[in-house]
Amino acid sequence: MNKQNPLKRILSTRGMGGALTAFAGLIVIYVAFGIINPTVFSGQNIMNLLRSMSKYLLIGIGQSYILITGNIDLSIGSVAGMSAMISATLMTMGVHPVPAILITFLCCMVIGVLNGILVGKWQLPPFIATLGTMFVARGVAYIVNGNRNTDAIASGIGKEAGETFQNFFYYGKTLGIYNTFWIAIVLFVVFFFLLSKTRTGRHIYAIGSNVEAAKLSGVSVLATTTKAYLVSAFCSFVVGLILCGQAGMGNMEAGNMYEMYGVAAGVIGGVSPLGGTGILLGTLAGAAVWQTLENGLNMVGAQVGIQRLVIGIIVAFAVLLDVVVRNGSFKKKKADK
Amino acid sequence: MGMNETIVSMEGICKSFPGVKALDHVRFDLRAGEVMALLGENGAGKSTLMKILSGVYERDKGRMEIFGKEYGNLTPKLAQEVGVAIIHQELNMCKHLSVAENMFLGRERKKGVILSNGEMEGEAKRILDDLKIDLNPKQIVGELPVSKQQMVEIAKALSTNARVLIMDEPTSALTAREIEDLFRIIKELKSKGCGIVYISHRLEELQHIVDRVTIMRDGQYITSMNFKDAALDEIIACMVGREIKEKFPRVSCRKGKKVFEVRNLNAGRMVRDVNFSVYEGEIVGFAGLMGAGRTETTRAIFGVDPKESGEIILDGKTVNIRKPKDAIQAGIVLAPEDRKKDGLCTKLSIRHNIALPNLDLLCNKLGVVNSRKEDEMCDITVQNLQIKTPGVEINAANLSGGNQQKVVVGKWLARNSRVVIFDEPTRGIDVAAKVEIYNLMNELKRQGIAVMFVSSEMPEVMGIADRIIVMCDGRITGELMAEDATQNEILSLATRFEKKIADDSSKED
Repeated sequence: MNKQNPLKRILSTRGMGGALTAFAGLIVIYVAFGIINPTVFSGQNIMNLLRSMSKYLLIGIGQSYILITGNIDLSIGSVAGMSAMISATLMTMGVHPVPAILITFLCCMVIGVLNGILVGKWQLPPFIATLGTMFVARGVAYIVNGNRNTDAIASGIGKEAGETFQNFFYYGKTLGIYNTFWIAIVLFVVFFFLLSKTRTGRHIYAIGSNVEAAKLSGVSVLATTTKAYLVSAFCSFVVGLILCGQAGMGNMEAGNMYEMYGVAAGVIGGVSPLGGTGILLGTLAGAAVWQTLENGLNMVGAQVGIQRLVIGIIVAFAVLLDVVVRNGSFKKKKADK
Repeated sequence: MGMNETIVSMEGICKSFPGVKALDHVRFDLRAGEVMALLGENGAGKSTLMKILSGVYERDKGRMEIFGKEYGNLTPKLAQEVGVAIIHQELNMCKHLSVAENMFLGRERKKGVILSNGEMEGEAKRILDDLKIDLNPKQIVGELPVSKQQMVEIAKALSTNARVLIMDEPTSALTAREIEDLFRIIKELKSKGCGIVYISHRLEELQHIVDRVTIMRDGQYITSMNFKDAALDEIIACMVGREIKEKFPRVSCRKGKKVFEVRNLNAGRMVRDVNFSVYEGEIVGFAGLMGAGRTETTRAIFGVDPKESGEIILDGKTVNIRKPKDAIQAGIVLAPEDRKKDGLCTKLSIRHNIALPNLDLLCNKLGVVNSRKEDEMCDITVQNLQIKTPGVEINAANLSGGNQQKVVVGKWLARNSRVVIFDEPTRGIDVAAKVEIYNLMNELKRQGIAVMFVSSEMPEVMGIADRIIVMCDGRITGELMAEDATQNEILSLATRFEKKIADDSSKED
């Protein structure tokens, strides 16, 4: 029996390699920008960085769950937009934030279940199924307030309640750090645990690795797929509330393209877009890399176009790395034979 | 090229794959205008030989002459140019393209850069008419029944001017009427002077078309003869006669009470009215040729594929199995045939693979995995099965075939089961690992667990099983006690196909 020491065991966790590479990249990028513009190291900038990173982290968690099952979720951004619009509309109508949030939650979960059934039960290609729900969710976001952005939420629930809502999700601080980051970190811990320590988590990896073998081992593909899509819908729901809190109103285009940011965060952190591998620690690093890049490029005065371009190259490079690693091990296996 | 002239002659052909001598000085010849049946059990080397003739494999040694000219190593393209075409068992057609497009795939006719569709369709039509095949060249191949697709494949071969046609199990998916059509076309081809190699397990069918037979066994040429001069018994005797070289560890147990029974199981074409029982202290072997419906039977029992009807009885109680989970909970487990496809999550660690079907035992009520229990389970499994691995965190893909198989089996032994089904558990693993798997089965048998053992290796079934059930074409065609079973008997049961077409004298319709 070979008992390893705990550190070694953690380091040999599958997917840790990709996560550590991303963390190393993160440090290099951060220090490099800091040398060019020392403001990057300032406390206020770090605070801002952590807050803006939180949205991408949440989106990344949701998308990583889906990527690990070997699928994709294109509806994430629209669900976030739907969440922002439904909650904001209800609040402008005077509904107390708590019931407003609950109703929004239920609506978002419906999309998650729908995705799960389309992909897990009816075997639609996930790209197409979630393309459909993407439009549906965005459509709902438009419809709830009659094809207009909402007024300020304070107009319905009063100034005080509106501020409380906005502080809770965006502007307030606890222990000197923005609440947004705390929300993201708490959910990160919960979903990290769910993925790495529970039966559901195992099933998610199993169907992403080999759906046939998983089925023959008694895993329900429908239930597992649906659970993964529920996680991603839940993350989108929270991000929608954050966006609503940030703006103090509902914006119909809120969350546009976020699903792709989620893919980027996951992939930079070593989550394979082909399923079966990756850990959320990698997604955390990926979201941080992404935000640091955006923030750093901003601080050194790069235009938006340049920012996009650099980020695009980084994502392609991360996927290339994944492919090279795969092919490397594949070739080795062939040589063994 | 005149009739009866030798068009293919192969001599002293040798071919080895790592660890296996697939062909050992094999000879083979084919004459113009004849149909030659190439016969042998699974693994006799028929396909390997034909793949050498059609340029898929390179031979290690031997001489090969086609149309009087000697050839070194062929490539599939060169073989096609020479005039050798192979029609695979699984048809290689682009289902979304039309008949003509398929026939001219890779050698499209063009004017400049523009495809000459009209010309290709006309040419296709001419070839089809020539063979008296009634098909529209514009038709999409995917919309055609399998038999017609096969004819497109034959026509495609002829459009490349093939004079040597190799057909691998061409009738397995056809109905009686379609087979007659196929035979008519084969006769047509014969009259045009083509030589046809016909690989089939359906011995009864041979009489309708075959002129000569060549028989192979264990990678060796056994004999060839005129079909008219040969009796079916004689052919079967030549096909088996395999020496049983390996030693099989056999333990004898007292046969106890009935553990498991399957009654009137039906599931699609490959599982038809299957009935059998397994008792405590015995291993029941399932013999048959590939595609006999044994894997399908195990899948239906285990709830992977839907059952049309039938009853599964475990320890006297009927169990309702709709999905694999039901079977696992009832205590029936399956170690499937294709490790990489069905058995393992190759991207996951050994630990995760072993734990996967046992998470119900390893998790608390909240679904949190108890890693201490998991460690224990993995350590015990790795130890008991002597899985050779540097650690349980290693990806299952990095293990050798034998050790992968042990993981597939091991994950099921970590829970108490009543019935363990092994589907081809020793395929592609070395002798030492095979013996370990046999010992494992014997151990289960000793514990009173019902063991079902599906294998296409006849010696193995005869060496390990106590009772042998033979299947052919989705039906059980016989049951033998291992001690008095002979290879001849098993093979003749395994080739007892339902007659699809009547004898020449009394044609249907």
